[in-house]
Amino acid sequence: MKKPHISDMLGFGFLRFSVGTVIVALIIILFDIISKGRGVICWKFLITMPKNGMTEGGILPAIIGTFLVTVITALLSIPLGMGCAIYLNEYARENMLNRLIRMSIRNLSGVPSIVYGLFGVILFVQVMNLGTCILSAGMTLGLMTLPWTITASEEALKNVPKSYREGALALGATKWQSIRTNVLPYAIPGMLTGTILGLSRAAGETAPILFTGAAFFIPFLPKSLFSQFMALPYHLYIMSTQHHAISKVRPIAYGTALVLIALVFAMNLGAVIARYRLRKIKME
Amino acid sequence: MNNVKIKVEDFNFHYGKTHVLKKVSMDIVANKVTGIIGPSGCGKSTFLRSINRMNDTILGAKAEGRIILDGRNIYDDDIDVVEVRRKAGMVFQKSNPFPKSIFDNIAYGLRINGVKDKYYIHERVEKSLRDAAIWDEVKGRLNKNAFELSGGQQQRLCIARALAVEPEIVLMDEPASALDPTATLKVEELIQELKKKYTIIIVTHNMQQAARISDFTAFFMMGELVEYDVTSIMFTKPVKKITEDYITGRFG
Repeated sequence: MKKPHISDMLGFGFLRFSVGTVIVALIIILFDIISKGRGVICWKFLITMPKNGMTEGGILPAIIGTFLVTVITALLSIPLGMGCAIYLNEYARENMLNRLIRMSIRNLSGVPSIVYGLFGVILFVQVMNLGTCILSAGMTLGLMTLPWTITASEEALKNVPKSYREGALALGATKWQSIRTNVLPYAIPGMLTGTILGLSRAAGETAPILFTGAAFFIPFLPKSLFSQFMALPYHLYIMSTQHHAISKVRPIAYGTALVLIALVFAMNLGAVIARYRLRKIKME
Repeated sequence: MNNVKIKVEDFNFHYGKTHVLKKVSMDIVANKVTGIIGPSGCGKSTFLRSINRMNDTILGAKAEGRIILDGRNIYDDDIDVVEVRRKAGMVFQKSNPFPKSIFDNIAYGLRINGVKDKYYIHERVEKSLRDAAIWDEVKGRLNKNAFELSGGQQQRLCIARALAVEPEIVLMDEPASALDPTATLKVEELIQELKKKYTIIIVTHNMQQAARISDFTAFFMMGELVEYDVTSIMFTKPVKKITEDYITGRFG
């Protein structure tokens, strides 16, 4: 009787240790960033340009740059990703080609982001001749998030019971009608959850925008989508490793990190709310 | 048998390599209840789903032969499947209300078929719910979610939903198998009422139910139509030994 008891305790102990480690690490990181970044956060920090060789002033252009790039990412990733998921889940026949496509998509989500960055340089900056700009960077991030959007959207579609589709078809709905009116309304919250999580990861990426449009410092706000831009993650990278007076700008680096984390957190919160709404609909 | 609504001629059905229905031929009479009985896996559900072409959605499905509905073979290349399904409504084994209000569940079929007239939709919703004998139970809460109804009410709601698009045939796939005896009785009474206006084909596992509600009974086994006759004859003096064995519960 004693042996299973001990192994039980060991197993449970290990689980507790794992959870504890993760939480402690998370708290340390957050505490470090918040305590050191809190000092510089104020309205002025959020809404002014950097000054004196970026040793003073705010991070407005980086916030705006990240915002605009994320909008472009969403505009590319959401319609294409959802469309692709609808095709794969509702229309495509289950065969070798379909399985191959699905496997490729899963694999693409594991490709390092720097590879997307280089691909973006070739496709958008050079071949399409868009130059290094918000559009190129946003589309590069859009390509990078597509696998996540597609996979999450497909899962959301799979969660809609088959009986909703059959019920609609039996009433004389066409296939597209049944999908549009009786499947998508129940899948969209789940699709958005996955998509927003993908976008929030994209917003924090540096490598894909490094060569496709992000700039070290620009003394004015982007004039169009064809301008170069500053972005929060890249700004953070510069302020913590590339600046000529690193120790002097450390508070600004922490402040930037805090803003970036807050932004990502806000987006994830949006995803959680969307998922909560989905659950509520299902339980009704 | 005169007044034939559906004429099935040498109908074969395959799922991939499995031959599910073998050379089925039968005439289904208008405004009667035709019961389909047989052991599990005999093809009775597949047969039912062949009549409104719901099997089309299944991978590797192949149909041969003819099912003639009002003089038109529904397996002809130029047939509009959507039109067939509108004519032959279906009630599923497990009630499947949509996660919408009671009203929107019934109105769904009308709306997807392009009906915009609100007054007409209201009229049809009430009529369908009355025809499905559920109006009195739901009239005060049409805006409530359909999932709030009991199992038996949900199934009658699904019947009402099928009736709303004014089909001529109602296909029922074991509509009472998940219901308690009281709810089953209500659905059975409803079926007797419905046959005045509709041609009804019902698959059932329950021999007593087939005897109670159907005018004609078809016995399927291993994908073949073994025997098909007026219910009273099928249940008293069936021609084939195997039919008798099944009906008297010697196997199945």
